[in-house]
Amino acid sequence: MAQTSVPMPVVKTPSNLKNWFGVTPFFLFAILFLALPSVYLVRGSFLNQEGQFTLQNYIDLFSTPAIVNAYKLSIQISAVTAIGGGIFGFLLAYAITVGGLPRSLRSALITFSGVASNFAGVPLAFAFIATLGRRGFLTLLLKDQFNIDLYRAGFDLYSFAGLSAIYMFFQFPLMVLIMVPALDGLKREWREAAENLGATYLQYWTRIALPVLLPSILGAMILLFGNAFGAYATAYALTGGRLPIVTIQIGAQIRGDVLHNPGLGYAMAMGMVIIMAISLAGYSWLQKVSERWLR
Amino acid sequence: MNNVSLDSNVAQEQIEQPKKRWSLVRIGARFWSWLWFILGAIYFLVPLYATLRHSLRMERDVIGFKAYQRAFEDPSFWETFLLSNMLAVATIIASIILIVPTAYWIRLRLPEARRITEFITLMPFVIPAIILVFGLIRIYSAPIGIPFTGIDLLQPLTTTKLGTYALITAGYMVLAMPYMYRSVDTGMRTVDIRTLTEAAQSLGASWFTIITKVILPNIRSALLSGALLTFAIVVGEVTLASFLGVNAFGPYLFLIGQHKAYEPAALSFVTFLLTWVAMGLIQLFTGGQGQAAGAH
Repeated sequence: MAQTSVPMPVVKTPSNLKNWFGVTPFFLFAILFLALPSVYLVRGSFLNQEGQFTLQNYIDLFSTPAIVNAYKLSIQISAVTAIGGGIFGFLLAYAITVGGLPRSLRSALITFSGVASNFAGVPLAFAFIATLGRRGFLTLLLKDQFNIDLYRAGFDLYSFAGLSAIYMFFQFPLMVLIMVPALDGLKREWREAAENLGATYLQYWTRIALPVLLPSILGAMILLFGNAFGAYATAYALTGGRLPIVTIQIGAQIRGDVLHNPGLGYAMAMGMVIIMAISLAGYSWLQKVSERWLR
Repeated sequence: MNNVSLDSNVAQEQIEQPKKRWSLVRIGARFWSWLWFILGAIYFLVPLYATLRHSLRMERDVIGFKAYQRAFEDPSFWETFLLSNMLAVATIIASIILIVPTAYWIRLRLPEARRITEFITLMPFVIPAIILVFGLIRIYSAPIGIPFTGIDLLQPLTTTKLGTYALITAGYMVLAMPYMYRSVDTGMRTVDIRTLTEAAQSLGASWFTIITKVILPNIRSALLSGALLTFAIVVGEVTLASFLGVNAFGPYLFLIGQHKAYEPAALSFVTFLLTWVAMGLIQLFTGGQGQAAGAH
């Protein structure tokens, strides 16, 4: 998702209906395993218990406190880790591209980012229990060596703060992977021109580099938001369903109809899809804007 | 930059000064860069160190590999791990069979299908795993028939083991699709498939021969990076596996995490090493920026 697609050299070929047969297996697959399940959920979200058309499910979505709170919590966690991970990831990407760090650190960090952004779910939750759990390594270290008791200070791994700390582990590496190519796209000529025209380093960053990078930064943060919003396994492995984010609620609805209304469950799933779709649309729009300057 | 003037002699002196300041600021920037880098390294390494440390302390007052030994002794570990690997291989092979000819055909003959195909391959970002499995369960736990006729073509997939494996493989293909398609498409961009195809055709090769003997070998590094990424996604995957009731490695790890203390840490560390191997190989084969996927 980090790369941009370069338009291929379009060669005019006389294409007729026959050529479409070549791609039928792919479209058939997409219909069976992507479109059909989605359509089923959309349809279900507009049906009441008796199977008649209704908008009630969507009205209930906004009037059921448990669901509204789940969305709120999910959006908060996703926004906090997208902004936090986005800023920290950007600073790291800055450090290894234009920050003047040795070349070897750059490739080490990029490989590590690839690993960390893929290292998620159950093992990640366990790693953080061993680190920041009640008897975790860091918890005990801070307590014994520095006399800081995290848990007495109100921290809890099985809470908003804890889950955010864990999500950060895959959020900022993803930001690094997206921002490194963008920062590489900053042209040396722009910096030299600014320098020769007497701009200060700060002016160069605030008036040239950041405005050019801003669409990429915002786009990447939106991607991070979606990345956290759709996450299920990490939260489930950590809390076993005690932290009621949207994905956990949907999981409970799949296991057994906890809302006592299948239609409401489908509407809840659709709400998620809509938020993800808006994020992706925002991302691809910003991606286009950023391509104006960066390649 | 409205305060800049170039047309006077004074300007020359003014320019000298900021230049000096820039080099000073750059030294400052390097300091901050090191700081960010060290903070990032700490965030990466401390959880891994804590996991490793925990996994080595199963026996009181002894540092040893007892937890690893116990974890590997459990036959369920091997069963689930083997199953996950087989599902990963099945997903990779089926994805290649589905995506390579499609991407090839679109580049060669059907550029107008490009937009819609790219749109479809992005859909898994809009439909998270939990929603996908929701829909898949509702559709495929009922008999599959021709709409409006009442004729059943297929028994519900979720009632048989083989059917469930087929369904979860399809689900994993969907999750891996954005990465696989992108890898393959990028691979094809770098080779001139049109010329290769014409050359092969003029030598009398069939479509099957062209794809298996000409196109596939030419995009092997792209295929490999797509395959390794798919592997990294599938082997530890939990969401689809647990809802479809497949005894894969992810649900197993979750289960032993509920009532064991040291073995889960050991297996988590092993999973981390596996992910590292996969990503390291991708880096090695593509020399590229690295990629991110993941079922969080």
